[in-house]
Amino acid sequence: MTRHEKLSRREFVISAATATGGLLVGLTVPGYAAEFADQTWAADSADPREVNAWVAIEPDETVILRCPMAEMGQGTGSGLPMLLAEELECDWSKVKVEFSSVNRNIREHNIYGDQLTAGSRGIRTSWPYVQQAGASARARLIQAAAMKWNVPAKDCSAVQGKVVHKASGRSLSFGALVADAAKVKLAAEPAIKTPDQFKFAGTRQPRLDSPAKSDGSAKFGIDTREKGQLFASIMSCPVFGGKLVSVDDSAVKNRRGISHVVKLDDAVAVVADNYWRANEALKLLKPVWDGGAAAHTDSAQFNKAYRDALDGPLVTARNDGDARSVIAKSQHVVTAEYETPLLAHATMEPCNATVHLTKDRLDIWMGSQSALSNAEMAAEETGLKPEQIYFHQMYLGGGFGRRTFGDELRHAIRVAKAGNIDVPLQLLWSREQDMRADRYRPQSAIRLKGALSPDGKLEALYIQSVCGSIAMSTGRKVPDGIDGTALEGIGPSVPYNKVPNWYTGQMLKNTHVPVAYWRAVGGSQNCFYLESFIDELAHAAGRDPLEFRRSLTDRVDSVAVLNKLEQISGWGKPMPAGRGRGLSLVENHGAVGGQVAEVTIQANGAVKVDRIYAATDAYHVVNPNLVDAQIEGGAIFAMAAMMYGEITVKNGAVVQGNFNDYRMLRLPDAPDVVTALALTGGKDKDGKPKWGGVGECSVAPTAAAIANAIFAASGKRIRSLPLKNIRLTELASL
Amino acid sequence: MITLKVNGETHSLDIEKEMPLLWAIRTEIGLTGTKYGCGIAQCGACTVLVDGKAVRSCSLPVANAEGKEITTIEGLSHNGTLNKVQQAWIAEDVPQCGYCQSGQVMAATALLNRTPNPDESDIDAAMAGNICRCGTYVRIRRAIKRAAGKA
Repeated sequence: MTRHEKLSRREFVISAATATGGLLVGLTVPGYAAEFADQTWAADSADPREVNAWVAIEPDETVILRCPMAEMGQGTGSGLPMLLAEELECDWSKVKVEFSSVNRNIREHNIYGDQLTAGSRGIRTSWPYVQQAGASARARLIQAAAMKWNVPAKDCSAVQGKVVHKASGRSLSFGALVADAAKVKLAAEPAIKTPDQFKFAGTRQPRLDSPAKSDGSAKFGIDTREKGQLFASIMSCPVFGGKLVSVDDSAVKNRRGISHVVKLDDAVAVVADNYWRANEALKLLKPVWDGGAAAHTDSAQFNKAYRDALDGPLVTARNDGDARSVIAKSQHVVTAEYETPLLAHATMEPCNATVHLTKDRLDIWMGSQSALSNAEMAAEETGLKPEQIYFHQMYLGGGFGRRTFGDELRHAIRVAKAGNIDVPLQLLWSREQDMRADRYRPQSAIRLKGALSPDGKLEALYIQSVCGSIAMSTGRKVPDGIDGTALEGIGPSVPYNKVPNWYTGQMLKNTHVPVAYWRAVGGSQNCFYLESFIDELAHAAGRDPLEFRRSLTDRVDSVAVLNKLEQISGWGKPMPAGRGRGLSLVENHGAVGGQVAEVTIQANGAVKVDRIYAATDAYHVVNPNLVDAQIEGGAIFAMAAMMYGEITVKNGAVVQGNFNDYRMLRLPDAPDVVTALALTGGKDKDGKPKWGGVGECSVAPTAAAIANAIFAASGKRIRSLPLKNIRLTELASL
Repeated sequence: MITLKVNGETHSLDIEKEMPLLWAIRTEIGLTGTKYGCGIAQCGACTVLVDGKAVRSCSLPVANAEGKEITTIEGLSHNGTLNKVQQAWIAEDVPQCGYCQSGQVMAATALLNRTPNPDESDIDAAMAGNICRCGTYVRIRRAIKRAAGKA
């Protein structure tokens, strides 16, 4: 599709909205709007029209901006270019965005940072170098114009894609200056703007990728179609860590379109000219596996082991005051045990990678949260040098932490190598392979004790946690027995600063099932635990849950979120019988978020979540439109896991394989989500502007808010997830 | 030979009659807007229109699609103009990762073709077969209402 046709899609929307008289919120830029490039990845060689590695200006004044982060729905692919444009002072309507080259990043010493899209870091850790790149390009363009006019650079400014000399009224477009600007050597890098100086960043703008994602033209990894491409389907040993013993391929070798049956140490793959043919043949194979001792394990054993381990020994991870003594002496101790299961990521696009391996070059087409580290891994797998790896970053059909490790890429490379396949090869995990070869959200169990004073004050919290360790599962050392991800939400990062005595002890406990980052990471379970328990304590103290939380914190961000939530949710207004309202407050990935859920317990005991109110303090934001979208979606993502999410293990293998037995929330069950920002701005301890992440802080509060609402409506406390396992008729009878 | 009429164009394909329509569209014809998500008609990412009705192409053998009008996401625009559902999708900024959205747009298009003024329960029924992992349901509902002229 040509640029003109793509732009006309936005133009049409604008005119259509005007015709119906409606005000189109968001489209504040008149005329054409910025978009993503059709080919999402940047060229691997420097563009002759570059000002620097981040900015190129085409002869027609098209402004090409490079985005270092992946776009998996979180919106950074629109947000980071906005920050670049803010500094550059370009004409946003002429912007075209592409993903920065991985190969250049390898060759040019990490000019694009770590290209790691995880941990809600898209904006909050990359703004300094992204802003600097834009400011630097602007300064060069100004300097180039000043030299042409023989005037001081300080008398010139950049405005909407032009450099202007106000005194003489002269101006030159960026496009006319780009060749000279590239040669400019700045005496010093310019200072970047502070958020209070922003004119464009911070405003509500449309997503750059909405048109391509609404007309089918957006290209995901799975959509790669290279000349002569073959397709592979693979099945890993169902028991993690197990081996392939043997497989009889005689039944499938002569089937139509089949070119290879490839045996790996721990998997078998079929290669064909059409994925369906490969996958149908794979299903006919009867591989013999050796699962080892792990083949005798199941979820019941694991659940018991996690619960039993609560008695310790635990490693002290937080210890303020003397929680143990206060609890021992208290007249009013509340104790509860909670647990949550393994969860799959189940991205809508099953994991896949397309590779073309030749003797001196590897091309990779895929969507990855960690393209740079994946490319480095590919170099090790192939024996090529990192600069011989060409990674073509595409859209990700969901990430949620799964698309970080490159497991699918490793498979593609190994199949290509073992099969001597020197044409492009697309390896696609079937949904079943994707669900059963995942790295899961860790399982955990927890015991919480709280001591209340006679007048209902929380005097001490004593937390005993047993949780899977992502660090250990991904081969990293935990010398002191502490894995920060397992502590998120129950360790140092909590929204409360006025609990005088706080102990958290933890045991890291893994099985043979690999575990990894899952959206909100430790907060996905720990915030459910702590915020449900805070609700238990509030009720035990006879206090309003919102007022009780206020007594636990005087942090500016926490208070702002509680105030905003109270205001938007109508907290405290009476609700009819069978309905309830529940609150939660969390700190997660650098932001504070709170949610209020409203539920109805239906006559058959089923829970209907009617509405979720969400208030968030991320301090500063680039695009409130996309922040709202993250929060709306995050709550629903979390609710799906809360209602249905559970991976179980039998004979060492994952039982669930598809959306029929790993259920998702569907549109009829999705609540309305009302979002509000409660931004308190401010600076961090180094005096730099504070930025929070919203991709995960939106997920962490939801389960507790819903569980607390269920308690308010029914008196039933939910201490184990998912909700589907709880006999709902019990709720109705209460 | 299998003959398929996709977006008004006729394709004669030398393929197995049991090949699901999805893989004929994506691999043999080369239109990649229609997505694979589950392969068992559970997620709706592969939704296309067959004679105007929303159908899960991953579970429809090509033999059963012969002689019918098949429309994919690429076939919804006319003379470069997107249909009203797609325009509403853009106006509401519905997509996040975007992978399910072709299927969502097809399901919503089928709904509005059949029921131009859907109520909430019509929307629920028509869209229940399409999973979105990013949780864009709030905006999907809003966009359908906008497309129906209710926004």
